[in-house]
Amino acid sequence: MNKILTIVRKEWSEVFKNRMVLFTVLFLPLMMTAIPLGILFATRGGAVPQGLNTEMPQQMNAFCPPSLKGGECFQVYMISQFMIMFMLIPVTIPATISAYSIVGEKATHSLEPLLATPITTAELLIGKSLAALIPAVVATYVAFGIFIVGAMILISNPAFLLALLDARWLIAVFVVGPLMALMAVNGSIMVSSRVNDPRVAEQLSMLVIIPVLAIFFGQLAGLFVLNRQLILIIAFVLVILDAVLVYLSIQLFQRETILTRWK
Amino acid sequence: MITTQNLSKKFGSTLAVDNLSLDVHEGEVFGFLGPNGAGKTTTVRMLSCLISPTSGKAFVNGYQVGQQDTEIRRSVGILTETPGMYDNLSAEYNLRIYANLYEVKDSPGQVEKYLRMLGLWDRRFDPVATFSKGMKQKLAIARALLHEPRVLFLDEPTAALDPESAHLVRDFIAELRKEGRTIFLCTHNLDEADRLCDRLAVFKSRLLVMDTPSRLRSQLFGRKVVFHLRSVDENLAAQVRGLPYVTETKIMENKLVVNLEDPEAHNPEIVRLLVGAGADVQFVGELRHSLEDVYLQLVKNA
Repeated sequence: MNKILTIVRKEWSEVFKNRMVLFTVLFLPLMMTAIPLGILFATRGGAVPQGLNTEMPQQMNAFCPPSLKGGECFQVYMISQFMIMFMLIPVTIPATISAYSIVGEKATHSLEPLLATPITTAELLIGKSLAALIPAVVATYVAFGIFIVGAMILISNPAFLLALLDARWLIAVFVVGPLMALMAVNGSIMVSSRVNDPRVAEQLSMLVIIPVLAIFFGQLAGLFVLNRQLILIIAFVLVILDAVLVYLSIQLFQRETILTRWK
Repeated sequence: MITTQNLSKKFGSTLAVDNLSLDVHEGEVFGFLGPNGAGKTTTVRMLSCLISPTSGKAFVNGYQVGQQDTEIRRSVGILTETPGMYDNLSAEYNLRIYANLYEVKDSPGQVEKYLRMLGLWDRRFDPVATFSKGMKQKLAIARALLHEPRVLFLDEPTAALDPESAHLVRDFIAELRKEGRTIFLCTHNLDEADRLCDRLAVFKSRLLVMDTPSRLRSQLFGRKVVFHLRSVDENLAAQVRGLPYVTETKIMENKLVVNLEDPEAHNPEIVRLLVGAGADVQFVGELRHSLEDVYLQLVKNA
């Protein structure tokens, strides 16, 4: 456990000295929080004409409780589209942090002395994963917390607030978010173990945001609605996917191959 | 302390290490010489359990490579070809990381001990990025010693260092030998090997030769004694050549070079003969071939 903590602390000490990473960890969650709050602020009060809900996609009407007025229904609809942004945070931050974790050590030649210590592959990978996972999850939770506080300030109707903070979003942020972060971490570590160039690692790791963007645009286009059932299915699939990725990232982390094939 | 038995390593179709068998004794500095690409680093990596052998066996500190890798990693220190420090972090923090990974009990004490010993204590809070090459190398040596390993693998410890830093590192290695540590030293620096090593192995994918530096010289070139005379002629040389234990003589200006197997035993008799023949003996000395001559001859023959 001590070795894992040493790796986590070492990663943080190194990674947060990088301004780009610091910017991603701080700025991205703030931006993702500002967008739904901005929409809420812009569409507050009479900003939305009554009766607009009749023009909303049929499937969204199903999520509009009868206690809400048309304008409020529209706000729930709009903000629901952007709540997926909170799922973008846990995939983007780990990709930025962990993409560099192995390839960066290769580039600075620090991997060989590190692998010569009695640390096991599992301890090393857990340490590197946690170093990327924890900031991602904390940033997501903090960003969502800021959003809740902001929404409470902007919304006076308790029914509206409850509709906005529906259980599906709580599941999405508190369960699916960490699972997605784990997926991103393992994907990035696998990429980082196989490539030689930190830039390539970062670019390839960013591909993990594609599924989240697909969900965002799919819902925006009305192809499907992220209801509670779908989010639970996503969570279930992610649990399986994460287990496979953890196994693969340990299997693919071949000390010898990493040391000898990289020049 | 280190034993290998027919140790081999193949990368695809390339045989990097071919049936290496050697023994490194406890407390000795063992020089491992060879040209670039000879497989020295591959050997060190196998012995420090960074890569696994394709065939053969190796034992380090009593533990078998491939079977007890964690125990080996715990009991050896390694200085890799490049220091590989975390440049953005301080020297002290770099060492603290490794002290924790090696499970050093008195981590702050050990870090302080080696930072002071290598003259880096005053710069302990500075980022390693601000260090010179020599300072980084010294820090990497400190890192290799934090857990007080009995066996040390040093891969080119003075490469790319200025003469002053190289001298300091060499002195430090000599100090480590006094402490009774076993040192496996890969080097290109033949003068360094000559000065530091108890025994040497010349290696080029396979072991070419292994012995003490002086024996290697005599095996390859024999032992030669130079008699500095006021004047020398062929008649004098012929008299010396007539002695049963003299294998060869050569005249070089006013010097008579004599090949002998046991100069300590035969020199007095030769001096007596020369004086008896009327020669004025000015000096007597041994003609030493440099280790470089030995090395070049061996590698050329390989």
